[in-house]
Parts: sequence; C-alpha cells; structure tokens
Amino acid sequence: MEHDTAMTSVRYQTLDGQSVGYWALLALLALLVAVGYAAAHYMEVQGHHVTGMTNQIVWGTPHVFAVFLIVAASGILNVASLSSVFGKYDYKPLARLSALLSMSLLVGGLIVLVLDLGRPDRLIVAMTYYNFKSIFAWNIFLYIGFLLVVAVYLWMMFEPRMNRYSKPAGFTAFIWRFVLTTGTGSIFGFLVARQAYDAAIMAPLFIIMSLSFGTAIFLLVLLASFDWSGRPVGDDILRRLKNLLGIFVAAVLYMTMVYHLTNLYATEHHAVERFLLVDGGVYTLVFWLLQILAGGVVPLVLLFAPQFGQSRASLVTAAVLVIVGGLAQIYVIIIGAQAFPLMMFPGMEVSSTFYDGVVNEYAPSVPEILLGLGGIALSLLVAVVAMRVLPFLPERAGKPTPVSAAEPTPAEAAG
Amino acid sequence: MPATKRGTQINENRRRWLGGAGAAATVLTLAPGVRLLDLALARSEEEPVSERVRWGMLVDSTKCAQGCTDCVDACSDEHGLTGMGRPQTDAQYIRKLDLKDKTTGKAYSLPLMCQHCETPPCVDVCPTGASFRRADGIVLVDKHICIGCRYCMMACPYKARSFVHEDLTSQVPETPRGKGTVESCNFCVHRVDRDREPACVEACAQAGHNALVFGDLNDADGALARKLEELPSRQIREDLGLNTGVRYHGV
Repeated sequence: MEHDTAMTSVRYQTLDGQSVGYWALLALLALLVAVGYAAAHYMEVQGHHVTGMTNQIVWGTPHVFAVFLIVAASGILNVASLSSVFGKYDYKPLARLSALLSMSLLVGGLIVLVLDLGRPDRLIVAMTYYNFKSIFAWNIFLYIGFLLVVAVYLWMMFEPRMNRYSKPAGFTAFIWRFVLTTGTGSIFGFLVARQAYDAAIMAPLFIIMSLSFGTAIFLLVLLASFDWSGRPVGDDILRRLKNLLGIFVAAVLYMTMVYHLTNLYATEHHAVERFLLVDGGVYTLVFWLLQILAGGVVPLVLLFAPQFGQSRASLVTAAVLVIVGGLAQIYVIIIGAQAFPLMMFPGMEVSSTFYDGVVNEYAPSVPEILLGLGGIALSLLVAVVAMRVLPFLPERAGKPTPVSAAEPTPAEAAG
Repeated sequence: MPATKRGTQINENRRRWLGGAGAAATVLTLAPGVRLLDLALARSEEEPVSERVRWGMLVDSTKCAQGCTDCVDACSDEHGLTGMGRPQTDAQYIRKLDLKDKTTGKAYSLPLMCQHCETPPCVDVCPTGASFRRADGIVLVDKHICIGCRYCMMACPYKARSFVHEDLTSQVPETPRGKGTVESCNFCVHRVDRDREPACVEACAQAGHNALVFGDLNDADGALARKLEELPSRQIREDLGLNTGVRYHGV
C-alpha cells in the first residue's frame, strides 16, 4: 500500500467552467462535431460515391479514425489499471480521468463507425440480429460491455461507500479491455482473403498500439486540462508517464517488425511486403516517414535522449507525434492492405473492368476527414463537459516537489 | 436452423408465383414414371430448399472467348445493373478476367463471380447474418438486415461483392437492391427456383460458346457432375478450403 496516505487525501474538483477559454473550447469542439455530423449526413444522403471509398477500397478514412479512437480508448484506461490492478498508487488520482477518457474515446470511435455504415439508420438491426461467428458481432457486445464495466468502475471510484470495490471493478475493466482490443485486432487478423491480414499477431499488435496511443492522448489531455485549469502536474508523474510511453512506442516498433518479418519469411507474402515496404507509393511513404520515423523513432529520441528528456515541450511533441504515427499506422493497416490486389491467380498477370490485378486507388475525401475529426471532437467534448459536471480532476497530479527519477517497473510496462 | 428458417421465408414469398407450378407438379408426380420436373421443383411449396441439391457451375475457360462479355451483359440486364458511369463504384456481379501466364505467356479468359462457397468467409464475418447461405448452396444477402458495414467485402477472397453507392432508379422486381447495402451474384436465384438457368449461362449458350455449365453438384447423373467427371477442374484459392460451388477448367 505504498503512498496510501496520498491516495486517501486526494481531493477532486469539477472544472470551474466560467472562463472564456472553456466556453471557446466547448464551442470549437461542438462546431467540429456539428460539421462531422453534417458530413456524415451528406454521405448518407448522396450515397458513398461521394467518399473516397470504392468497391475495391471498402473501408476508408472514417475507419482509420474510428479504429484509432477505439484502440486508444482501451489503452487510455491503462493509467487507471496501474493503480487499481498493479497497485501503483501514484496514478490513483488520475484514474477517474483515465476511465472517463476511455469511455469518451470509445463513444467517439463508435459514432464514426456507425455513421460510416451504408445504413446507419439500421443500428437497431445490428443490436437485434446477431451472427455469433462474426467478430463484429462479438465486438458489439465487447464495446457496450466495456462502457458498462467502466461506468461501474467509475461509480466505485466516485462513491466513497463503494471505493472498496474499485479494485475488483478495475480488474474486470482491465481484463475486458484486453479482450476488447483482441477483438479489434482480430477484425483484421482473421481475414483470410487478404495478403496483409490473416495474421494472429494483429491482436497483440493492436493491444500494444492501444497502450501507446492511449498513453500519448492521456498525456496531452492531462497537461492541457491541468494547465488550463491552474492545477499543478508534478514532474514525477510526468516522468513515469513519459517512460511508459517510451516503452510502449518501442514495443509497437518491435511488434511491427515481427509482423513484417513473419510475412517476409513466407514467400507467398513477398509481393505484399514489397508493396508495403518498398514500392507502395504513398503507403510506403506513410509507413516509413510517418509511422516509423515520426511516430516511432523521433518520439523515442525526444523521450529518452538526455538533451530532451526533461522538457515538457519535447514530451508534448513526442505525444503528438505518437498520435500522428498511430493514425498513419492504422491508415497503412486498413487502406494500404486493401490497395494491394487480391492474389487469386499466382504467376498470372490479371486484368479486368473491376480493377483486378492492379493497385487500387484511394484518396481521402473531405467529408470522410470531417467525419473522423468530428469523432475526435466528440470524444473530447464529452470529456470536457463531464469534467465540468463531475469531479474527475484532482487538485494536483503527482508530488509537489520533484523526486528522484521513478522508472516504471516491469508490472507498469506490462499493464 | 437459420438457413432453414430463411429458406421458408423465401419460399413463402414465392408462394403466389409457385402456386400454379406447384399444383401442376403435384398432379404430374401422381402419375407413376412421370418425372417432368427435376429436384428443384420436386419439393412442395411448403418445403424449404433442401441440402440434397447443391447448385454449382463449371467455367470452361478453354471455351470462354476473349473479349466476349455476353455473360456480363446478360447479368446486368437480368439484375438491372445499369451503372452510373463510375467504374470504381458501379456494381458488378460478374466480370471478365483476362489472364496471362507470366512464364509461358499463354492467355486465358474467364468470368469471375461469387463462388458460392460451402464455407463462405462473407457469411462468417457478417455481424447480422444478412449474408447467408441457402441450404441448396446459394450465397445471398438479405437486403433487409444488411447494415452496409462491408466486412463481407473485406473477407471475400474473390472481390465478388459490390456496395450500392447511390440511389437506384433501375431496379427490377426479381433483384431487390438498396443504397447502402452489399450485393453480389445470387446465381439468379429467382430463375433457379423456377427451374431455369442463370442469365449468364443462358447467354453464353446462346452465343454458342457453352463455356458455362450450371447444375446440381450432388446429382451424379446431372450435366454438371458429368462434365466435372469428364474435365479436370480446380477452385480459385483452393488453398483456403472453401469448397466453392464454381469450378474452373482450363486455367
């Protein structure tokens, strides 16, 4: 029970919510949400021919945003798990914020996913007709269940009489998010048709991606909400989060490498690997420049090189880059994989009026991007409103005076 | 169970049309030795489609003429696929593929459509069960419960499915379609249930090519099974073990 006294003396307060800045932020987010909804409405009325999607690239930019948000939602709960499951009570004051963001990001991601359906008006059908062999069907339960589990977890944390149950609730949420992200990764992992999928590593890859993206978003929201509301953030907690982020970024790079090495070992996958890594045009560029360099290598330097290691600006930059790299990674996974032609006749040149045998073209359309940004804005809007209504934020995070460097333990990294 | 239930629903929908034919069939089968109707109509109208039949097709690539698109045109006419002049988003239930062996340079021509797998990946992944396989092997989309998620399109190894990208104005009664839902070759199920061949098969025969043979894979004496016995054939992406209903010869 380390830092037990710190845990019990935490005081939470709602955001004041009176400032011009708060209302301006609300207005900006609400505007983005409205524009995103209008974009979705436009796509639904016109039909999807006004988007970048085709019969060849069937999941486009909205899926990139939706999967990013859903994956990050699972990972952002890690901060709460660290205190509830792994007993790292330095994180305890941040557990409420972590749980709130996990719910709001999931809601934002799901809304984008639903609004990009061909028939979003049939949501009730998706809720009432199930094919239990479909991972999508499992995911509907996993997503709704996650929201319920985290809501209960939050209740246990908020209600003093229920505090003693917050540990089992947190443990349930911890298990649930692993299952949930396994489900999200398996959407791709279980697809036998496409060369870039059909890989069991997708599930653990998505789990480690969730931890990386979630921690990056958490850091940014933490710093913004605390700085803008005059709450101090101790260097100790930032250092812990920074080290965690670094470990997760390195782990994503490692899992990405293993994924490609596994594919490269199988000769039948050489063509798709060549496409993704060497001559895939925009996808190769996005992979190397945005995903690997900007989203992996540069953040690691910013987080761990001594000349950058202590600066909050470099921490913020690293977190932003991890988010950009994360979106790039999901772009390559979802769209790059579809751009590569299906291999139906090995050893043959194939051509048809249906774009067989050629690299499929895709360009994100404005409505698709606006819908995706609207989803991010909705996630943040929900969080900003919730912070105003309920005491999610502690008066301070971390210790008032800097302490010696607190390296994350293996348990933290595993969480 | 779901396949049987759906089969019953489909049967009920067709009841009115089949009424006359069913009554005639009942009378005809009363006479010993008279069997004018094959298995497809041997069942009564109350009976769901049966697993005794597995509809399938053999594509004889050696007879498929390069540049000929009669099967594709017939399909478009049959299902009202007029197209919007946007090839990337226009629906295609069947398409002609031109293949060239990279080593020998030999050219092949063949049509590709839904392969009506015995274990279809599209049916596995569909969250609502809109993608389903009828007991007689025809893979269909229930347009009433398709939510347009396109997971089936991601899962299909043959890219056999199309998404309706816009409002439609050219629908035909036999092929209900809908904006925002997914569709694909249905083996002209409305014809098959009336003991007719799919439109592509008919068109290919009319053109004198006879590259497409349609029939019951389970009927050892049927035209399809006999042809499959006579000619070596293969399945596309046989490695996936999907046991497709469409087989190919000569490629």
